[in-house]
Amino acid sequence: MNSDHHIILRAVSKMLIPLIILYAFYVQFHGDFGPGGGFQAGIIIAVGIILYALIFGVPAAMRAVPPVFTRSLAAVGVIIYAGVGFWALFSGGNFLEYQALFHEPPGEHHGQHIGIMVIEIGVLCGVAGAMLTIFYAFAGRVAEIRDKDW
Amino acid sequence: MIDLLLNSAPAWALTHAAPLMIMVPLMLGAILALVPSGRIAWIVSIVATLSSFLLSLILLGIVQTNGTGIVSYAIGNWAPPLGIELRVDALNAMILLLVASIGLLASIFSWPTVESEVRKEKTSLFYSAFLLCFGGLCGVAITGDAFNLFVFLEVSSISTYVLVALGAGRDRRALPAAFNYLIMGTIGATFFIIGVGFLYAATGTLNMADIAEKLPAVSGSRTVQAGFAFIVVGLGLKAAMWPLHQWLPNAYSYGPSFVSMFLSATTTKVALYALIRFLFSVFGPEFSFEIASFTYLFMPLGIAAMVACSFQAVFQNDVRRVLAYSSVAQVGYMILGLSLGTADGLSAGLFYLLNHAMIKGTLFMAVAGVVLTYKGTTIRDFAGLGRSAPWTMTAFAIAALSLIGMPLTAGFQSKLQLGYALFEHGWWWAVLLVVFSSALAVIYMGRILEAVFFQPPANPRKTRKEAPIVMLVPLWVMALANIYFGITTKLPLDLARDAAAAVFGMGAGR
Amino acid sequence: MLEFFLERANYWAIIGLMMIGLYITFASNNFIKRLVGISLFQTSVCLFYVTLGKIAGGTAPILYGPDAVEHGGGHAGEAVHHAVAVPGGHAMGNISAPVELVNIYSNPLPHVLMLTAIVVGVATLSVGLALIVRIREAYGTIEGDEVRAIDLETALAQETELDAQLGEAGA
Repeated sequence: MNSDHHIILRAVSKMLIPLIILYAFYVQFHGDFGPGGGFQAGIIIAVGIILYALIFGVPAAMRAVPPVFTRSLAAVGVIIYAGVGFWALFSGGNFLEYQALFHEPPGEHHGQHIGIMVIEIGVLCGVAGAMLTIFYAFAGRVAEIRDKDW
Repeated sequence: MIDLLLNSAPAWALTHAAPLMIMVPLMLGAILALVPSGRIAWIVSIVATLSSFLLSLILLGIVQTNGTGIVSYAIGNWAPPLGIELRVDALNAMILLLVASIGLLASIFSWPTVESEVRKEKTSLFYSAFLLCFGGLCGVAITGDAFNLFVFLEVSSISTYVLVALGAGRDRRALPAAFNYLIMGTIGATFFIIGVGFLYAATGTLNMADIAEKLPAVSGSRTVQAGFAFIVVGLGLKAAMWPLHQWLPNAYSYGPSFVSMFLSATTTKVALYALIRFLFSVFGPEFSFEIASFTYLFMPLGIAAMVACSFQAVFQNDVRRVLAYSSVAQVGYMILGLSLGTADGLSAGLFYLLNHAMIKGTLFMAVAGVVLTYKGTTIRDFAGLGRSAPWTMTAFAIAALSLIGMPLTAGFQSKLQLGYALFEHGWWWAVLLVVFSSALAVIYMGRILEAVFFQPPANPRKTRKEAPIVMLVPLWVMALANIYFGITTKLPLDLARDAAAAVFGMGAGR
Repeated sequence: MLEFFLERANYWAIIGLMMIGLYITFASNNFIKRLVGISLFQTSVCLFYVTLGKIAGGTAPILYGPDAVEHGGGHAGEAVHHAVAVPGGHAMGNISAPVELVNIYSNPLPHVLMLTAIVVGVATLSVGLALIVRIREAYGTIEGDEVRAIDLETALAQETELDAQLGEAGA
């Protein structure tokens, strides 16, 4: 790693990465009122970390966000998503019936809000985890391909 | 037995059986990705498949007793044409029972072979992929929404590619095989969604029952016809309908032996179910385009599969390849059955499907046992095994005879039913071809049986060595089922007849 | 004649992409190129669905103006649910209670479907790429015919080896 060449890149990305992640959360929570949601937000978070990996190297990124963590995150996302479904079941509704989450009378929509929010958080975890896992799976192997093979 | 289960099951299991059936394996599959220990993963996967098995029995019981014959479940309580509906009738209930029981036996049986063929740190991920595949297959069989069917088809397919590729530890040829399967499978699935898109354009709905209701009004349009063609090709690819079967032999022969066992008994069957669902209950035999496709497309293709792939099976040297080609040939029989376009033909085809899943499951299980203890899978490796592994090989022989169609075995009964249906329709020449193809089965299975029982062992150092008891029990359950259902056909035949009646009843009802 | 082509320009583009994708998948020998073909093919399907959802004059299916005040009101989930029920240009379904909307929106359902299809596509692509990486490690090549040639060679070698073993055992 020759840090001399990339000093501007590093400085800029250090400022950008937190903003990217913050933007991801904006997209995540704005999904309740307009376009956005866990899917896009998950991708943006993954992009932030991938940018970190591109600039500071994959090993550094793997120290910051270990592959075991990303793999588990993907699984946890699915578990959160399915968990909301089971929660609705236990509350006496149909599978994934948000309305049943808090045993509300028909006019109330709390369950709808909370339900979709938790679902979207599950999607966020799942997508971000899966994307980073995929990235690590390929980026971790680059060294094995010699230059002349390209 | 089903009554007992219905009475003893808690109320929540009765009302929510449909979503639990798919969500329990999918959820546990996700949890398994976090579990480090392979042995725990094995036990969890048994629990998951067992719960699905019980739920499928409950669903079958409800369908048989509730009068309407349909269990409809609205996910998220969104009413069906707009929301996603899980819809079970006699046809799904049968397929679900098949998938779940095979899944249960397969997961009990899997541990020793997985332990020996899959790397230790990957074992729990292997089971995770297996449960995803299992849940996806159940999902395909249970959903009433055309697009949802595509999603579940891909969930199961993608995990299948991974499972097949894990065979690379034993034989690197698993990798290109899995890759080819991926390409073909993706093309198939994509064709399927193009077809669904055409149907959506024509009817404005994705719910299969709703599409069926709205299709007669627009059935003459080219949009619908194009959709029909795309769906048939797409699902035909997934079901390994000749000549779209090229991915199958390699995928079955190089994947881990447990995987080829599970796949051979379920994936093509489920894809075939989806095809039947679209042919008979979405389009319906009165869709004029379909009658023509039955006579000029399915019938010739079914026969071609029966004959051509049986011939190919005769010339294979690897036992698993023989079985794989024979699978394609057997899909041909089922296609031939449903190409009659009558309730009798369909029930014969479905009955064949049930029995074939049982037969191929047994055969591949026995092969997996041999792979575990002796490593080799060529016919030469099998020489003399009849003496060194009598229990495994006797079960193999029972299933092989059943595949050929010996009287007193399930295979005989299914060929008999198919023959009746063909005769009644006046296609006596097709019966001759069925008999001819069975004669080819005698040759290719006979080669293996001859090597197993009448040849001296290729390697004299081989001592008497059976597969472990965990494997022998499911193997013999399946083998005895072959004989049992060969003597009393009531249970599977009733299931198949109910299924066909349900499909045709639905057609007549609208 | 020209009109016939121009009116359906989007469909022609889709068909073109589809055929290119399929052709690459079948014709090329390189595994990566085959995956590229598959991706193109899947993308063309996404375009096909999005085309189905387009309604002449319709905007993106986000309620705005008077619609948002009347039906949105913070109940985003509900509002979207109603938006689905707008009968579309292609959709002929009889919807039980169509909601009167002031603005015209495109049909959002195909977009949602394609979001799922894209996810499936990404999953397929990444599994495919992972397989290619493994193939490259096992065979040292990602050309289909070379892999086949290597397989054939090993199979033949195994055969002769087995024959030799049998010969020894017999002798």
